[in-house]
Amino acid sequence: MINTFAGNLGHFATILAFVSAVVTAFSYYKYTVASELEKPNWRNFSRILFYIHSIASVTIAISLFEIIYSHRFEYFYAYSHSSIALPVHYMISSFWEGQEGAFILWIFWNVVLGLVVIHTNKSWEGPVMIVFALVQAFLVSMILGVVIGDLKIGSSPFILLRDAISAPIFQMNPDFVPEDGTGLNPLLQNIWMVIHPPTLFLGYASTLVPFAFLMAGLASKRYSEWIRPALPWAIFSAMILGMGIIMGAYWAYVTLNFGGYWNWDPVENAVYVPWLIMVAGIHTMITFKKSSTALKTSIVLIIASFILVLYATFLVRSGVLGDSSVHSFTDLGLSGQLLIYLLFFLAVAIFLSVRAWKYIPTSDKEASVYSREFWIFIGATTLSLMAFQVILPTSIPVWNAIVESFGGISNMAPPTDQVGFYTKFQLWFAVVLALLTAVGQFFWWNKMDGKTLKDTLVMPYIISVLIAALIIVLGKVYNVSYIVVVLAGSFTIVANATILFKLLKKSTFKLAGGSLAHIGLGMILIGVMFSSGYSETISYNLSGLTYKNSFEDEINKEHVLLWINKPTQIKDYTAIYRGRQKKVVGVPGLVESKILKKAEGVNHAIALKDIVVDGKTYHREGEFVQIVLEENNYYKIDYYQEDQLAFSLSPMAQYNTSMGLISSPDSKRYLNKDLYTFVSVINDLEDPEWNKDEVFEVSPNDTFFISDMVTKFESADVVKELDGMQLFDGDVAVKAKLTIQDYDVEKVLEPIFIIRNNQVGRVPIIDDELGIKIELTNILPEENKFVFTVNSTQKDYVILKAIVKPQINILWAGTIIMLIGFCVAIYRRYDEFSKMRDKGLE
Amino acid sequence: MKKGHILGLGIIAIAIVIIVSMLGDASTYESFATAKEMKVKGEDKAIHVVGQLKKGISGEVEGIEVNENKTSFYFMMIDNDGTEQKVFYNEPVPADFHRSEQVVVIGAYKSEEIFMADKILMKCPSKYQETEVNTAGM
Repeated sequence: MINTFAGNLGHFATILAFVSAVVTAFSYYKYTVASELEKPNWRNFSRILFYIHSIASVTIAISLFEIIYSHRFEYFYAYSHSSIALPVHYMISSFWEGQEGAFILWIFWNVVLGLVVIHTNKSWEGPVMIVFALVQAFLVSMILGVVIGDLKIGSSPFILLRDAISAPIFQMNPDFVPEDGTGLNPLLQNIWMVIHPPTLFLGYASTLVPFAFLMAGLASKRYSEWIRPALPWAIFSAMILGMGIIMGAYWAYVTLNFGGYWNWDPVENAVYVPWLIMVAGIHTMITFKKSSTALKTSIVLIIASFILVLYATFLVRSGVLGDSSVHSFTDLGLSGQLLIYLLFFLAVAIFLSVRAWKYIPTSDKEASVYSREFWIFIGATTLSLMAFQVILPTSIPVWNAIVESFGGISNMAPPTDQVGFYTKFQLWFAVVLALLTAVGQFFWWNKMDGKTLKDTLVMPYIISVLIAALIIVLGKVYNVSYIVVVLAGSFTIVANATILFKLLKKSTFKLAGGSLAHIGLGMILIGVMFSSGYSETISYNLSGLTYKNSFEDEINKEHVLLWINKPTQIKDYTAIYRGRQKKVVGVPGLVESKILKKAEGVNHAIALKDIVVDGKTYHREGEFVQIVLEENNYYKIDYYQEDQLAFSLSPMAQYNTSMGLISSPDSKRYLNKDLYTFVSVINDLEDPEWNKDEVFEVSPNDTFFISDMVTKFESADVVKELDGMQLFDGDVAVKAKLTIQDYDVEKVLEPIFIIRNNQVGRVPIIDDELGIKIELTNILPEENKFVFTVNSTQKDYVILKAIVKPQINILWAGTIIMLIGFCVAIYRRYDEFSKMRDKGLE
Repeated sequence: MKKGHILGLGIIAIAIVIIVSMLGDASTYESFATAKEMKVKGEDKAIHVVGQLKKGISGEVEGIEVNENKTSFYFMMIDNDGTEQKVFYNEPVPADFHRSEQVVVIGAYKSEEIFMADKILMKCPSKYQETEVNTAGM
C-alpha cells in the first residue's frame, strides 16, 4: 500500500520553510528599521518566525529520512538511493546521495548556524538574519518541486515513483510498490562518506556567516566593525572546509582507485578554491584588526569566498561539467535557479560595496617592506593567485557553454595531465607561501628592521638547512625542485616552532593558532612531496615479458596478473592471490567465500565449515550467517618476503551493473610508507567457458595431470550418508577422493556416483578457484578402474596494481596540526568578540 | 614608481603567465583525421576524441584484442566523423567497456596506424535509461 503521509508532510514542511524564510527576512527588515520602542516586538516576532522555519526545515529532513529508513520504495528518492540490504549508517549516506538530500543538509546547517548567530549577537542579529533568511529562501526553493506553467521551481525529493517514472507497470497497477530499491552507489558505502558530506556542507554553510556580517556591516554603515564578529566565523569556516577537504582526500585514498588522495578533479577544485580565498580573507582581516589596513581587500575576499561556494555548487550540480568529472551529477534542471541564486547575491554584494566604497577607511601610508602588513598582503595575494590558477581551467566547460550559447564553437578541453598541470604551479606557490609564513610570523610578533630581521632569522635558517639536509640524505631526495620543497617546508616548520616556543614561554597557548597552522602547512608540503613525488608503482609486469617488437615494449605495464596460488614477483615481494573473502556480521576480519554457501534472501548464507578466528568459534558448520553487503568481494593477497609471509591485504571489488567494476584499495600501513594495492580486473565466475571433455581412466593411487596440476586419485569408497542428499535402501553411492596440488595448496575434491533403481546419477564437483569440473562418470569394477570426465576453464585470477607511497603519514599529521591551529585561533577570536560584546560595544 | 605599482604589475604578470599556460596546456576535442594532421605537423599534444566502439551487424563489439597478460588491449573506435581507428590502451579492459554508448579517448597518435589512449572516459547506459522523469505537479 502506498504511504503518502511522509511525502505530504515533507512537501508541506518544504513549502512552510520557504514561506517562513521569506517572511522572516521581511520581519527582520522591519525590526532593523523600527523605532527603539517597537524593536523588541519585531525582534520576538522575527525570532518566532525563524524558529518556525527551523522546525519546518528539520521536519523536511526527518520526513526524508523516514522514507529511506522505512524502505518506502513507492518514493522515487528511496527507490533510487537505497535498498533493503543497506545497514543503517549507510542509509544516512543514502540521504545525501541525491542532490535534494544534499540541499536539505545545507538548509539544516544554515538553520543551526542561524540559531547560534541569534543567540550570540546583540546589535548584529537583525541585518545578519535578513541575509540568512534570504539564503534559506533560495536554498529551500531548490527542493520546492512546484510547477507553474512551464516553469519548474526546484526538484522535490518527495515525489512518488509512479510520478517520476513512466513505467508500464503503473498503468496496470498504480499502487505498485517495488520490492527493493536500486541501492546506494557502492563508492559511497564507506564510513567516511557518512561524515564527509555533513562536514563539507557545514563548511559551505559557514561561509555564509562572515558574508552575512559583511553585508550587515555595509548596509548599516558599520564599515569596519563587522570584522570582529565575523573573524571567528571566518576561521571556523576555513577550519571546517579544510577538514571537509581532508576527509574527502582521505576517502578518495581509502576507497577510490585512482591511486592517490588528490586528483585535481573539478569537484575537488571547487572546494579547494573557496577555501584558499577564505584563508586569504582571514589573513587580511587579522591584519586589519592590528593596523587598519587591508579592509577593502578583506571585503572583496569574503564576498569572493561566499560567491565561489555558490559557483562551485553550480559547477558540480548543473551538469555543465559533463564528461570532465568522475563525480557524476545529473542535471535536475536546477542550473538556472542556481545561477539566479548566485547572481542575486553577487549583485547585492557589489551594489552594497560600491555604495560604501568611498566611505571605507583606507590607510594612505605605503606599507614598508619591513612591515608585517606588507608580507601578509603578499601572502594573501599568493593564495588568491593559487585560487585563480585552479578555477580558470576548471571553468573550461563553462567557457565552452558560454561560447556555444552565443552560437560560437569552442572545442577546448581540460588539460589531459591534470595532476602535472596543476602541480607545476601549486607546488611553487606553496613553496612561496611556506617561506612567507616563516618570515611573516617573525614580523608579526616583533618590530623589525633589516638588521634585527637578519639576526632573528639566522638561527632558524641554519637549523632548518641542517634538518633539510638530513631529510634529503635519508630520504634520497635528489631532484632539485624537491630539494627546494624540503628546504621551504623545514624552514617554515623551524621558524614557526621557534615562535611557538617563545609564545608558550611568554604568554598563553591562545595565541599559538597561527604558528601551529603554519607548522602544519610545512608538514603537508613535505608529506605531499614524498608521497606524490616519490610514489612508485611496484606492480610492473616482471613475469616473462613477451616482446612484440613494437612500441608496446617501451611502455611499462603498470598492472600485474596474479593467478590463484601462483607466486608472482612484485619488486621486493612475492605476491600470491589466495581467493575471495566476504565480511560476515559479528565475525572480526574476513571469511573465505568458499566456506560460505549462498542462501535464499539478501545477504544470507550458510557456513560450510566452522568459522573460527583466533581460536574462537563464531559459527558452526551448517549455521546461518549474515553477510555485510554480499556483492562485495575481498581478494586476499599474501605478500611474502624472503619466503616468509610478511602480511596479507584484501582489496575490495564488486561488479555493479550500472557502474562497472567498483574497486577499493587496501593498504599496508607502515610508519614511513604505505603499500597501496587495488584490484583493476576481476574474473567473472558466472558462465565460465568450459573446455571440451578430458577423460581419465585411473586406478586408486594413480597420479595424473589436470591443467598442469598434479592430481592423485586417493581412493573411492561406498558411502552410507551424503551431505545434502537423501539415500534410500538399495542405493549405492560411491565417493571418489582426489587430491590436487596447485603450487603450495592441496585441495581435496570428492565427486559422487550413485546407482538408484538401475539408474546412474553423477554429482560433479566444480572448483571455481582452480577452474575445473570433475565428474566420476563410470566405474569399471573388473579392471579396478574409475573413469573421470574433466572440464577445465581458466583459473581464478585478479589483476592488481600496487603503489608505494612514502611518508604519507607526515601529510596526515600535518593536516591534523593545521586543524588544531585553526581551532586555537577560533577560540582566541571568539573570546575577543564575546568580551567586547559583553561590554556592550557590539 | 611606487612599490604598490610594482607589486600590481608583478601580479598581472603572474596572472598572464597562468592564463597563457592554461591556453597552452588545454587540450582540444578533435577527430581522428585532425589528430593525424597534428601528428604529421609534429604536435604531440594529447587530445580528446569522441566516438563509439565498432559494432558488428548484430550489435556485438568488434575488434577488441586483449594482450596475453590481460593488462593492456587494442580496440576499434569510430569517431563522430565516421573514421575508424585502432586504439591501444595500456590498462586492463575496463568493466562494462563493451556496453559503453560513447567513449572519449584522450591521447595521441603513436605511429601511423595506432592511436594510443592515456585515458578513456565512457558513458554507459544508466539504470534509468528507458524511463523518463516527470515533474510532480501540485
